[in-house]
Amino acid sequence: MKKRLDVLICGGGACLSSHSQDVKNKFIEVLKAKGLTDEINLVETGCMGPCEMGPVMVVYPDGSFYVQLTENDVEPIVEEHFLKGRPYQKKLWAAPEARKIVEEKRQVPFFEKQQKVVLALCGKIDPESVDEYIANRGYEALGKVVTEMTPEAVIEEMLKSGQRGRGGAGFPTGLKWKFGKASEGKQKYIVCNADEGDPGAFMDRAVLEGDPHSVIEGMAIAAYSIGADKGFVYCRAEYPLAIKRLEAALKQARAMGLLGKNIFESGFSFDIEVRMGAGAFVCGEETALMASIEGKRGQPRPKPPFPAQKGLWGHPTVINNVETLAAIRHIILNGADWYASIGTEKSKGTKVFALSGKVVNTGLVEVPMGITLRELLYDIGGGIPNGKKFKAVQTGGPSGGCIPAAHMDTPLDYESLTKLGAIMGSGGVIVLDEDTCMVNVAKFFLEFSVEESCGQCAPCRIGLKQMHDLLEKICEGKGKMEDLDLLESLAHTIKATSLCGLGQTAPNPVLSTMKYFRDEYEAHIKEQRCPAGVCKDLISYVVDESKCIGCTACARTCPVSAISGAPKQKHRIDPSICTRCGSCIVKCPVKAIYIGPGAVKREVESKKLHLEKTL
Amino acid sequence: MKLEDLKKIREKAEKDIVLRDGKSRIKVTVGMGTSGIAAGARETLKAFLEEIEKRGLHDVLVTQAGEKGLSSHEPVVTVSEEGKGQVVYGNVTRDVAVKIVAEHLVNGSPVSANIIEVNK
Amino acid sequence: MECQELHIPDNPQYRELKRIIEEYRNVPGPLIQVLNRAQRIFGYLPREVQLYVSRELNVPLSEVYGVVTFYNFFKTEPVGKHIVNVCLGTACHVKGAQRVVDALANELKVEIGQTSQDGFYTLSTARCFGACGLAPAMMIDDEVYGRLTPGKAVEVIKEFQKNETNQN
Repeated sequence: MKKRLDVLICGGGACLSSHSQDVKNKFIEVLKAKGLTDEINLVETGCMGPCEMGPVMVVYPDGSFYVQLTENDVEPIVEEHFLKGRPYQKKLWAAPEARKIVEEKRQVPFFEKQQKVVLALCGKIDPESVDEYIANRGYEALGKVVTEMTPEAVIEEMLKSGQRGRGGAGFPTGLKWKFGKASEGKQKYIVCNADEGDPGAFMDRAVLEGDPHSVIEGMAIAAYSIGADKGFVYCRAEYPLAIKRLEAALKQARAMGLLGKNIFESGFSFDIEVRMGAGAFVCGEETALMASIEGKRGQPRPKPPFPAQKGLWGHPTVINNVETLAAIRHIILNGADWYASIGTEKSKGTKVFALSGKVVNTGLVEVPMGITLRELLYDIGGGIPNGKKFKAVQTGGPSGGCIPAAHMDTPLDYESLTKLGAIMGSGGVIVLDEDTCMVNVAKFFLEFSVEESCGQCAPCRIGLKQMHDLLEKICEGKGKMEDLDLLESLAHTIKATSLCGLGQTAPNPVLSTMKYFRDEYEAHIKEQRCPAGVCKDLISYVVDESKCIGCTACARTCPVSAISGAPKQKHRIDPSICTRCGSCIVKCPVKAIYIGPGAVKREVESKKLHLEKTL
Repeated sequence: MKLEDLKKIREKAEKDIVLRDGKSRIKVTVGMGTSGIAAGARETLKAFLEEIEKRGLHDVLVTQAGEKGLSSHEPVVTVSEEGKGQVVYGNVTRDVAVKIVAEHLVNGSPVSANIIEVNK
Repeated sequence: MECQELHIPDNPQYRELKRIIEEYRNVPGPLIQVLNRAQRIFGYLPREVQLYVSRELNVPLSEVYGVVTFYNFFKTEPVGKHIVNVCLGTACHVKGAQRVVDALANELKVEIGQTSQDGFYTLSTARCFGACGLAPAMMIDDEVYGRLTPGKAVEVIKEFQKNETNQN
């Protein structure tokens, strides 16, 4: 029977964890019970983007977009929408500020400013069906390349498109391929870097989970261009679902002859193997990644020689990241000019950003390069939740920096971000609000880099640890103003002398927070005060006795029994027991608990008082 | 696999996902309000889906809507064609549905006996 | 130093490992892949397993040990039946992941990396598993749980343990 409805349920990581699988199973059950299985097509797709609203679902042909579904919504949706043609209003996406009912996906503000190229099929096809990929012109670009184009022509096209690597450094893809092609060698490799290690970036995961064939096709085109017959995907062990879907896609592609010997009878042969990482951030660095594929400790080595000259097992190797590779088929199909027409002068095409942190619509968005931060955060992201004030965004993970409110109208492209001391990185955008302490954030990233340093070179291994200890001192209220100068000088030395990208960029979060939020550092040092109320040693939780109603809610929730007071009596928190976990603040029904100065400050003040008295 | 084989797979596969593109020549809307369903609209809808599949009409979209208020004529079906306006049919039983597919959708001549309204 | 004789027990676990090693025999650079699979069989990588892999793959034990200790994923101590892995990525960090870890550590009476008394859970932390949209998040084995609060996280692990105990 002809299908009259396509029901696409998101099976991306976020939706899965909000139990989209249960919703899907319930649909299967209800559709069966009502005899609708033949006329309604139920498909599980990859990530659709608005992860905060999961589980999400789209119904075609009308495009109704459902959010936050539970099993209980299934009956009414089938009854009202699938049978009677009236979308079930209660769970249709409505923008939180307007609460107006929208019926079509394109009217959802979250999608309006987006331009989906790499993510076009994520959430629109069944990632485990090669047929649905082919229906969307899948493998057509590969067919065109191997039967009609010379490797030189493909590289020329890539150079013309202006595409730059989406993994972080922004090196032109075409140029990388040109070097790979120029290198002498009978054996060459193409490697897909799917070791998405930057905290806050999850676009590669979404592409692998939602549209794995696009990565395979991109790798095959790259391999043809440089003359490789073997490829590796190096994927993080933390992404089991991505690995599963990729393996399934590889099997299908092999079965159809899209991988293997003599592809499209062109004489070109190529196959791909998946290598699982084992949890080391430094393996995102290309020379470390190659060491890890070879089965060794993932330690970087100096460049040159570049991988394109001497890579895996000494053979020329080209390494591209997932998002870069997924865009390639679109460049071949639509032409370099089309790609180059999107974006800015030096940053072409679209970029996927992962929005997270203190923003209303968390999730994945794809926009033309050059869109402003304001558009990204407010028009697409929906602004800051709970009426809080925006403080900064952090881009580029542990290698990146922070952008404060004053630069909200900066266009998002490689050069503008670098100029601000932040970087594009892999596209993780973490939104920070007034409750975030910038010194704490800097310390957080340093802690990350210290733990992930491979330990090979001294500046990174020792220098970062020193920087971290200085930050710790400041967060404890024991810092001195000279420490700031010391931090800065250490940062510059480490940047200049580290062996690999990890060390060379690790001081960035400190430098950029010191540049834009020096006042917060000074408050910690001069006043022993954490303006955001985060640093545990500089705050205490205090019960405002004029507000406390003695309900005991706080005392009952306190995990360490630091709160005393009988029912109907004023409660009191013992700062020497309190761990500053914040549970009580949330529980208090009358908002009687506030954040006061910490022990360090009180100590300093009492000493001062004592000194004044003795004088 | 040859390039032509890929094309063939694509042509076949495209038809299975046509709903997601919103591209179609003709849209058939079956009124599925309470009285429509009571009058047998479910059967009508099924008949359309089966017949369209049988004839391989991949550019026809079948969808459902609430009722138009023409209870006495249920099941009510609207056929809309790009640039040609709408034809509203009443009392569309299974047999009438089959007839509409054969005469209207395939040959372009509406089934006059069941027409209750024409909107240009 | 005395030469250590390796007594490999003939049990299904080692037979499975042997089979996997054969599978990778002709693959270049198989060490990490084999260790990954071995850890899935044994739950962790005790000295005997490392020694066995070293001999079978003809890679020096020092190199095997070097790899095992380099990567966070490999464990040299036995772990609990299930691993609770709390994400400490940036998005989770700014949304209070530390409090979630503290609450879980308090509930299970363990430090990070340790296993609960009953051997059911090992508490661990991760550097972002890309569920930032659901921050703060944690995983129990391969399953992600998002939008946590300290209280909700404790509820989740209690519920999970209860469900599994009931099933058996």
